[in-house]
Amino acid sequence: MSIETAKPMNWFDKLAHPGQFLIWSRYLVLPLALVSTTLFVIGLWYAFFNSPEDYQMGDTVRIMYVHVPNAWLSQFVYVAMAVSAIGTLVWRHPLADVSMKAAAALGAAFTAMALFTGALWGRPTWGTYWEWDGRMTSTLVLFLMYLGLVILWRSFDDQLRAAKLVAVLTLVGAINIPVIKFSVDWWNTLHQPASVLRAGGPAMPPSILIPLIVMTFAFTFLFLTLHMVAMRTEILRRRVRALERKRAVEGIVK
Amino acid sequence: MMDLGPHASFIISAYIGVALVIAALIANTMLDSSKQKQRLAELEAMGVRRRSAANNEAKK
Repeated sequence: MSIETAKPMNWFDKLAHPGQFLIWSRYLVLPLALVSTTLFVIGLWYAFFNSPEDYQMGDTVRIMYVHVPNAWLSQFVYVAMAVSAIGTLVWRHPLADVSMKAAAALGAAFTAMALFTGALWGRPTWGTYWEWDGRMTSTLVLFLMYLGLVILWRSFDDQLRAAKLVAVLTLVGAINIPVIKFSVDWWNTLHQPASVLRAGGPAMPPSILIPLIVMTFAFTFLFLTLHMVAMRTEILRRRVRALERKRAVEGIVK
Repeated sequence: MMDLGPHASFIISAYIGVALVIAALIANTMLDSSKQKQRLAELEAMGVRRRSAANNEAKK
């Protein structure tokens, strides 16, 4: 099939074509960054100046405004990677590979922040930085899985081969997400059960729920911004590699 | 500065830690992006072009 006889691309193919993605995503980076920054300003104002202390935990409840968004993203990013992994394995879509790779390091960072802030919240409320209970251990496993995937991507020169292996491992590792989510229900853990996304609605007053929601959206938009930039960079990196190979083959000397 | 109670050091440490990681993430993402853009521009300046870019040039 030559370029003249090739089927014309539908709207989805156009959106998901790496070259087209570079064009349209350019206009989204700044708005996403601005939305994230605005939400952070509002969220931090709420967190420190317009939300009450908890009747049991006191001011340490303010750690929740950075802990819960990072914990949410640690799982959200992995689910996004798992969806991309399906795109890689079923449709062999290059943008799905790029999305998986760009998300892995970000997911590791958000999970590290969830573990770090959780430890700092745990010490004054539970009396310990760490406990080997279901929620914390499964989140640590998630962090190690992210690190493993980042290392795996970097250990392959051939990114297409890496994508298939990473996609399979990502989907196998996705079993850990429901384990994290339901660990507090399945096992007797130190970690509190779900208090926002649960049957019967959130178990907290609006004065605490609103800053939490604003901060969660702020972190989510931060991820979307960084992921988009990282995907653009990954496409450019692949172009650079292709051109360097071409240069080596053709013997073009500077 | 508002009074954060007896556990202020835990609260401040959590926020500073998160701020540092976010700053590092943003810096790393931006640096990586500009490095790839610069390298691509260098290669194109040397006359190494992708096939599609070369085809577009030929059409013009």
